[in-house]
Amino acid sequence: MYRYDEFDHAFVHDRVEQFRDQVERRLSGELAEDAFKPLRLMNGVYLQLHAYMLRVAIPYGTLNARQMRMLAHIARKYDRGYGHFTTRQNIQYNWPKLSDTPDILTELASVEMHAIQTSGNCIRNVTADHFAGAAADEIADPRPYAEILRQWSSVHPEFSFLPRKFKIAVTGAAHDRAAIQVHDIGLHLKKNDQGEIGFAVYVGGGQGRTPMIAKKIRDFLPEEDLLSYTTAIMRVYNLHGRRDNKYKARIKILAHETGAEELARQVDVEFADLKNTELKLPDADIQAITAYFALPAMPERPEGWANLARWKKADENFARWVDQNVKPHSHPDYGMVTISLKPIGGIPGDASDAQMDLVADIAEDYAFDEIRVSHEQNLILPHVALADLEAVYRGLVSSGLATANAGLITDIIACPGLDYCALANARSIPLSQEISTRFGDPARQAEIGELKIKISGCINACGHHHVGHIGLLGVEKKGAELYQITLGGSGDENTSIGEIIGRGFEPEKVTDAIETIVDTYLGLRNDASETFLEAYRRVGPQPFKLALYGSSSAAA
Amino acid sequence: MVDKVLTANRLSDGISVWLDAAGNWVESLQDAFVARHAEAVSALESTGKTAFADNKVVDVNVIDIEEVNGVLRPLRLRERIRAEGPTMEYAPGYKGLAGPVHAA
Repeated sequence: MYRYDEFDHAFVHDRVEQFRDQVERRLSGELAEDAFKPLRLMNGVYLQLHAYMLRVAIPYGTLNARQMRMLAHIARKYDRGYGHFTTRQNIQYNWPKLSDTPDILTELASVEMHAIQTSGNCIRNVTADHFAGAAADEIADPRPYAEILRQWSSVHPEFSFLPRKFKIAVTGAAHDRAAIQVHDIGLHLKKNDQGEIGFAVYVGGGQGRTPMIAKKIRDFLPEEDLLSYTTAIMRVYNLHGRRDNKYKARIKILAHETGAEELARQVDVEFADLKNTELKLPDADIQAITAYFALPAMPERPEGWANLARWKKADENFARWVDQNVKPHSHPDYGMVTISLKPIGGIPGDASDAQMDLVADIAEDYAFDEIRVSHEQNLILPHVALADLEAVYRGLVSSGLATANAGLITDIIACPGLDYCALANARSIPLSQEISTRFGDPARQAEIGELKIKISGCINACGHHHVGHIGLLGVEKKGAELYQITLGGSGDENTSIGEIIGRGFEPEKVTDAIETIVDTYLGLRNDASETFLEAYRRVGPQPFKLALYGSSSAAA
Repeated sequence: MVDKVLTANRLSDGISVWLDAAGNWVESLQDAFVARHAEAVSALESTGKTAFADNKVVDVNVIDIEEVNGVLRPLRLRERIRAEGPTMEYAPGYKGLAGPVHAA
């Protein structure tokens, strides 16, 4: 993985000391809140319902054991013994004191981490496929390009005060696991007929109150033009993006109002001026960054095949976990392990300090010191020998981290919701816990198959409800919580925005409604191989409306 | 008139606080001073502005409450959660607003 050079160390250190001074001046009263608020936000410090919240960047979701141990240490020393992994592959702490935040950032800097640009109207943490560099279906590792974008965008003077926040995602496989089509810029790595690496470029996707699927404005952008073309997009957005209305300020609105063709033309005009400038990426630089992400030296471990078959036969729970949470690696003797942060009835994305320490230990012992955070709020060990899976599983079981539900109905994304968030209108976490408990039986989950439930506690859609196969949006109506259900959303290479199925449900009726939807699907699917999403796309909303609302469905 | 209390978050640690009758910011809504008429509400608002300007608290708001059997209860769920903490057990030994000192 990428390691800081002297410049990076000095830059992050200076930034921490600058923030320490700002915090001291705020606490002494020298700085007023209006002046301080944008400064704390630039360093990832929010004010939520009960306390401050610190969001720490995990670039493209990649970290090592030492960094994970530091995250555990911070949870233990400065917070309440846990952290919350987010849909932006970051971690949030819910209870830090403002007065402690400079010390926290100092400790983070010691392991090459920071909280810069985890908030504010700037380019946020660049996300990537959580299986990057390991997946059997990968064309190229997206992380070197994500890292190049991270370096380019960090405190970029031209793009630090954009009309609104800006999110970039990169994926390197045909199957999009990074939800690039609901990002401001989505980059899809591909090879052309000559075998050269480049990107399909998508612009103007997003969720929030106005969900939009990104438009492809370039089918093949050579890798050397990554920064010049991205800069061109940013310039068009910075110039024409609306600053008069924050709800219409994202590039998705500009792309929608301008039209993809015209937007692409404007980008091309800027690009023509930038193409052969210092922004052109020299091959040597790409190679230098790519070298940081080289696969570890992975010895042949063919004994794993026979061992795995034997262990699976002997332990039904282990077999279920392997089938559900281990995916094929590019090396046939290895697998990619999803560590579920979705225990049945638990809080999606939360991990205790002890769990984080355990994951760090396992990563060092069995996974070449590599850990990922997925945008689905799970942790990943990208390189585990099949021969080590049993030992990894035993370790995870001991700490409640071996729930075999990756991609199933209990693998729910949920934002912090009204239990923490100052913006939320309704709770997300208790609802996810109830749904998870209702569907927790392994056999029932297996029968249902792949089904992604995503829950947001407000229209800002941090819980990605628009792209949930079943999406839940919490709203406040007459002082009480109410949940809108959407069906048919998806955040992969066939991205779709879920359709509102009808009138909302009170909190105590939501899980029953989900069960009705699931039972309807089970009753109408062609066979067990037809997933919920496939079935929904085949039959449309009407059978589900009928099941939920009866004859009144026409008016729903 | 709906009864009201003054709430904010403490500047140094962000913890939710309410203004009591002695002018102190306290961590329990049940200890808050309740304004039951317009003059008292004006006094709360004035105190809130001063406290914000004095950099003791941030996000200062007057909120609606009701008193049921001697227990103060905010009318909005958002404020009830602010007063009582997250509605689920979010970490071993922690419920509601109880911090490390009070943790089991």
